[in-house]
Amino acid sequence: MRTPSTVARALARSIGWLSRHAGRGGGTTVPGVILLRLRPDAVAELAGPLGRSIVISATNGKTTTARLVVAALEAVDTPIVANTAGSNLLRGVATALLDAKRPTGATGVFEVDEAAMGSVVEQLAPEVVVLMNLFRDQLDRYGELEALADGWVELVDRLPETTTLVLNADDPAIAELAHRHAKVVTFGVDDASAARAAVQHAADSTTCRNCSSPLVYERVFIGHLGHWRCPNCDRRRPPPDVSVAAFDPEGISGSSLTVATPTGPVAVATALPGLHNAYNVAAAVATASSLGLDLHTSARAIGSTGAAFGRAERVALAGHDLMVLLAKNPAGVNENLRTLVLHPDPLHLLVLLNDRTADGRDVSWIWDVDYEEIFDRVGSLTICGDRGHDMALRFRYGGFPVDRLTVHSNVGDALDAALLTMPDRAPLFALPTYTAMLELRAELVRRGVADDFWKDA
Amino acid sequence: MATVRLCHLYPDQMNIYADRGNIAVFRQRLAWRGHRLEVTDAGPGVEPSPDHDLWYLGGGQDRDQTMVAGDLATLKGSAMRDAADDGAAMLFVCGGIQLAGHVYVGVNGERLAGAAVLDLETTAGSSRLIGDLVIEAELDGETREVVGYENHAGRTTLGDAVRPLGRVVSGHGNDGTSGFEGAVRDRVIGTYLHGPLLPKNPWVADALLGWALAHAGEPVDLEPLDDRVEAAAHSAAVARTSHPNR
Ligand SMILES: [Zn+2]
Repeated sequence: MRTPSTVARALARSIGWLSRHAGRGGGTTVPGVILLRLRPDAVAELAGPLGRSIVISATNGKTTTARLVVAALEAVDTPIVANTAGSNLLRGVATALLDAKRPTGATGVFEVDEAAMGSVVEQLAPEVVVLMNLFRDQLDRYGELEALADGWVELVDRLPETTTLVLNADDPAIAELAHRHAKVVTFGVDDASAARAAVQHAADSTTCRNCSSPLVYERVFIGHLGHWRCPNCDRRRPPPDVSVAAFDPEGISGSSLTVATPTGPVAVATALPGLHNAYNVAAAVATASSLGLDLHTSARAIGSTGAAFGRAERVALAGHDLMVLLAKNPAGVNENLRTLVLHPDPLHLLVLLNDRTADGRDVSWIWDVDYEEIFDRVGSLTICGDRGHDMALRFRYGGFPVDRLTVHSNVGDALDAALLTMPDRAPLFALPTYTAMLELRAELVRRGVADDFWKDA
Repeated sequence: MATVRLCHLYPDQMNIYADRGNIAVFRQRLAWRGHRLEVTDAGPGVEPSPDHDLWYLGGGQDRDQTMVAGDLATLKGSAMRDAADDGAAMLFVCGGIQLAGHVYVGVNGERLAGAAVLDLETTAGSSRLIGDLVIEAELDGETREVVGYENHAGRTTLGDAVRPLGRVVSGHGNDGTSGFEGAVRDRVIGTYLHGPLLPKNPWVADALLGWALAHAGEPVDLEPLDDRVEAAAHSAAVARTSHPNR
């Protein structure tokens, strides 16, 4: 096995150090960018010493699930290399490998952007590939969902037989991949009480990937995730190997789950709220199961893992709890809203909409979110971001009173305005797009209430 | 109180660019003035009545667009052409403008016949035209800036029986080279502007609603609304573009 020239590695490392200490960004990908420019197959070379690696991708939940898998592995004292700073393209993986202190024999856990899976999987040759869901997201950047799904078909067709594929049985496009690979572990949700009344407006991939017939749903959980079958061919949701047999939401403070596995049920008590997090837990348990970990130990570790940066993370701010819920696509935001209505008191909301490259330049997606579901629960609403006025229009045409729509252009002002309108000790819920979340986080760092994100993300 | 009857074509298949937002604007801007929108969905297999006052067709994924094209040409084209000739108002957005034309020629040369309501044809290009789009549009003899977002591979060429909706101020438009955007005939508008189109451009929404009410036989003066939020979003969108074509 070759290794990248020490000169290239040393150069990339010092630039990463300089970048971090000069305070420009998190410094999380610059070294990787430089290294990949010098050695395009650096990831394959750097991953050589790893014992094995796990790659996790999805539109929604990959960051949280990667954290849960890391926790399960750490519980049995496995050395880990992970890209936990949220840079999930090839360069982010390269940087994580560069920064690894003891890569020899370690397990790599990488969350990977849906569109970057091809190159990452080719270079890493992972032992486990976890594919969780594909939702409508950033059409200007990813293109159409069907094209991404086709890309994942090619990816699966190139996997060696020895790779374990962990698949979401409830997502028809993901479950279809089980027909193309032998070594498969599936996960899903079985608790019928968690179902929604109908397929949501923004549901995607509701036609059979095998024969193009419209799918029939017995139950829908999130978007197009549910108990589906094709009325025309043999395709139907496979019974999952690992499934959420019972889901008991405890408001916004978490949930209790019973997860059925091939070796018996395990209980998970988690501070991560919402059914979307139940899917993340199921994916993590399925991954732990495919790695042969003790599932009771894994379940405890998974349950004690807190929220990732911006994923229901809480920050204490001026006598209030600020809860940050990343809001980047219709399916994800709809789940956040469904979680928020569990909060018994009026909701104080800070909604931040940016349209920079990492957010998606097209803000059409906000019209596919069912914000109306929380209108009668809103105590106060503060809007901010480069496209704040678009968000205000979304609320206006949903029927929200125009007099209650105020738009701020600056995050600091918006935060002050939101805090001013709220009763003592009431929680503030922030729904930012990705770059708005970074801005919000930077503002919280300025106010001394949060750490720099590349240290604790 | 007047009622506008809207025929929403393929709401389950052709909806990827927030077409629901355009329908919400029709509904609310009528409701705020004491009028009502009655929506009939026309999915695959449904032959719509030609007497609707307002018609809407949005954009879909390539796969969905291919799936509905045959149904549109055979089951709906005739009613749509009759309605357009009869003065019904129509809005075709993104994939909608492509399917409202004579033909859409895909990347591999496959030909999808359209509804032939608008005299235009579209050929898929090798790259997508994506980004913020600002045009100077003319409707009812008045010219205003209209803003939105475009994301399409199709290059659309207009025939003699339509005029462009407007001139491109910033962005690509119909084909990225002609400097024109959209197509208009009678009370029919086709455009690549989404985002969605109508919330930030209430002027276009009210033009279409005025036409639809006239078709319904209840011509009314649409009184002005409190459009502060709309105006702010519109000027923010205009301010963000650098106006390179000016
Ligand atoms: Zn089928």
